[in-house]
Amino acid sequence: MASYKLSINGAMHAVEADPKMPLLWVLRDLLNMTGTKYGCGMSQCGACTVHLNGNAIRSCSMPVSAVGNQKITTIEGISSDNTNAVQQAWIAEQVPQCGYCQSGQIMSAVALLKRNPNPTDRDIDLAMQGNICRCGTYPRIRKAIHKAAAMLKQPPAKSF
Amino acid sequence: MQQKNSINRRAFLKLSSFTSAALTIGFYFPALAEESTILTAATAEDLGIVLNAFISIDKSGKVNIINHRAEMGQGAFQAVPQMIAEELEVSLDKVSIAFGPGHQTKYGGSQITGGSSTVRGAYKHLLRTGATAREMLVEAAAKKWGVPATECYALDGKVIHRPTNKKLVYGELVEEAAKLTPPKQVALKERKNYTIIGKPLPRQDTPPKVNGKAEFGLDKKLPGMLYAVVERCPYFLGKVKTYNDSVVKTMPGVKHVFKVQMPVFDTLREGIAIVADNTWSAMQARKALQVEWDTTGFEHLDTAALYNRMKEDLRKPGLSQRTGGNFDATYDKAAKKLEAIYETPYEAHACMEPLNCVADVKDDQITVWGPIQGPDWIQRDLAERFKMPMENITVHMTFLGGGFGRKAFTDYTTEAVLISKEIKAPVQVVWTREDDMTQGPFRPGAVYECKAGISDNGRITAFQTKMAAQNMDHQWPHADKSNFNGSTTEGLPEVFINGLDHYSFSDIPTESPIPVMWWRSVYASTNGFAYESFMDELAHAAKLDPLDFHRLQLRDERAEALMQMLEEKTGWRTREKNSGWGMAITECFKSMVGEAVKVSKQPDGKLKIDRIVAVMDCGWYVNPDIIRAQVEGSIVMALGAATTHETHFTDGKAVETNFHQYHMPRIMDVPDIEVYIMENEEKPGGVGEPGLPPFAPALCNAIFDLTGKRIRKLPFNMNEV
Repeated sequence: MASYKLSINGAMHAVEADPKMPLLWVLRDLLNMTGTKYGCGMSQCGACTVHLNGNAIRSCSMPVSAVGNQKITTIEGISSDNTNAVQQAWIAEQVPQCGYCQSGQIMSAVALLKRNPNPTDRDIDLAMQGNICRCGTYPRIRKAIHKAAAMLKQPPAKSF
Repeated sequence: MQQKNSINRRAFLKLSSFTSAALTIGFYFPALAEESTILTAATAEDLGIVLNAFISIDKSGKVNIINHRAEMGQGAFQAVPQMIAEELEVSLDKVSIAFGPGHQTKYGGSQITGGSSTVRGAYKHLLRTGATAREMLVEAAAKKWGVPATECYALDGKVIHRPTNKKLVYGELVEEAAKLTPPKQVALKERKNYTIIGKPLPRQDTPPKVNGKAEFGLDKKLPGMLYAVVERCPYFLGKVKTYNDSVVKTMPGVKHVFKVQMPVFDTLREGIAIVADNTWSAMQARKALQVEWDTTGFEHLDTAALYNRMKEDLRKPGLSQRTGGNFDATYDKAAKKLEAIYETPYEAHACMEPLNCVADVKDDQITVWGPIQGPDWIQRDLAERFKMPMENITVHMTFLGGGFGRKAFTDYTTEAVLISKEIKAPVQVVWTREDDMTQGPFRPGAVYECKAGISDNGRITAFQTKMAAQNMDHQWPHADKSNFNGSTTEGLPEVFINGLDHYSFSDIPTESPIPVMWWRSVYASTNGFAYESFMDELAHAAKLDPLDFHRLQLRDERAEALMQMLEEKTGWRTREKNSGWGMAITECFKSMVGEAVKVSKQPDGKLKIDRIVAVMDCGWYVNPDIIRAQVEGSIVMALGAATTHETHFTDGKAVETNFHQYHMPRIMDVPDIEVYIMENEEKPGGVGEPGLPPFAPALCNAIFDLTGKRIRKLPFNMNEV
């Protein structure tokens, strides 16, 4: 066991954990931040996607000891009141069905739009290919990312 | 007839307590009655009836609904409020919805969310419940004003007196209304006056599903809760011979290690439970555990042997299900004859949320929380297994991260209860992805033999299908194996069967220790591929356009309207010859769906899906956007089972353990999907499953149109056709 101070969604969290414990389980079981999901445990499905310094990573395969002082962002840090453009686009396109994979989908989409504000369908397919959705919401995810990209180009709306 | 006991009454009070001083009404089914009875909370309480406290309107005018169905993505959370709000004359934002706990005596007998039945099973009761509340509010207002109720009407959460335009909001009327007796008869709104039903209104469960707040089973936490994983025998009927937990017990966080037996149908699946203070510690300890499995005494079968056996089984007569006329004689003298064999694979459900369940067992109480499709079944099952009264068992549904039939089963909840009972603490049992994918139950694989004779004018004169597959019903203890369960006609349009003079549908149940289970659209999910591929082969044999050939066999107005829509939306008549178009039509859960697919070859020679068009006829419907979403999802799931994944078996265990081997469709595999919905006045049919069966045959028929290559075995590799 070792002590870690983690920067998560702008706040510092102290945890006692085995150095090998993946960030996923630190978030879920030690910090009760359950928005990040367990799907496969081997970086195959993307349900556990979070940001490390703004880049999308699979938290199921990231030992807590490797995080250091990098800034972690989880779905809870995107916005708790759905004011982020990606969340708004997800609502507008009615993307989620069961919803389980959508935290990871949204984290991948937010990271994509940060580095590429004008993604083509091909760009979207490449950026999102690591995220599985068993409900088959892929066509709506594609539309929602285009919509979010357009929204992000508008001056800040009086959000709903 | 009515249940009078204090525990039921307590359960009811618990349900209704969140809405004191409110109008609470719901329906219940008197014993042996076919029609539901609607009662107020007060009357139900006096009678000691456990009322389905379906809707409750409080003094602020807010409407609360207790949802009787699981929400696993199919949209019950939206469809149910839309129906209530329409008849109640309130805007949807006044309506909130919560899960109802499992209860055997409420909700009309079965709460199990399966068979695409949420709307089609309950719509009449839901509409009547909303309308009854509305009429009681109108009557309460009329009484207050001293005017005839006929002069009053309800609109947008208010009752209005027509001559004077006086208004009272619902919140001001609930106390009076709660004292009234619900009318026996209420008029339901005409469809043309609907303002909420039939509209693509956004789902209420979307906002919590985009910010991580939606609580799935795996997200449930209780004070003092421990976490368990189970080292499960990889062999379906394997037993624990010995295990060594000396290292494991010293590992950090590990609290308990013991053998657990999980009932699956009539077998006990053995494993070693490891309980720790967090999931990962339990998983780590599991890796260090040494178990020797006893794998003697059962068949170590593999996929090839299993399919060979199914093919041999096809020679047996099987169990006759539906026969008419004289198939053999008519087939012998048919102008054209055709026969073909088709194969479909075993599949895992692979819900994105792996199985899990939280259980808390205390002296005489069992409480479970989890992603559960059938809470009332779980309640009954736990009562029987643990010999406790139903009232002492509470089953809470969370959101389900996918269900598809797998989470309608009782194994994982029983196991969690066993573990909590052993350790005397609340526990969450987590199935790893590998557990979820290798343990089953699976969709059964099947081999089909289809034979048909066609007349010179292209009519099918004789039609026979045989299916060799494991029968899902035969796994239960004391199953009557001579009883047929209607498996081989699922997916075929009823109008098609009715149009046949000489036919025979039968199945030959194949014996195997592999546990099998409903998988989205059940037998239709594989029947559809065999039958609609065969229809395409018959069309070509008859030298007829596949759509025209379908027209000759599906002769009624409703089917014709669907085919016209498919023809129009695809541009079927103006398509070029051999341009890569295929189509298929299936029917299950009382909905007919036609789908058409266009494929082309890319410069690198690989196949690409250019267009997918679906036409859904589910009769009267509630929310077109949810229907579109369900058809889209069904098609993507069908695409996976047709082209990217299957479960193999070797040496008596499943081969594919995780998504690196069980390849799911990814975003680039799925083009836009066009979904059209038929408008008619027919009874509501299912929505969550019927879109799945026609996709695989439509795709394969399109590939035949483009390449001349006929695919008779799923899955196949799109890059290697």
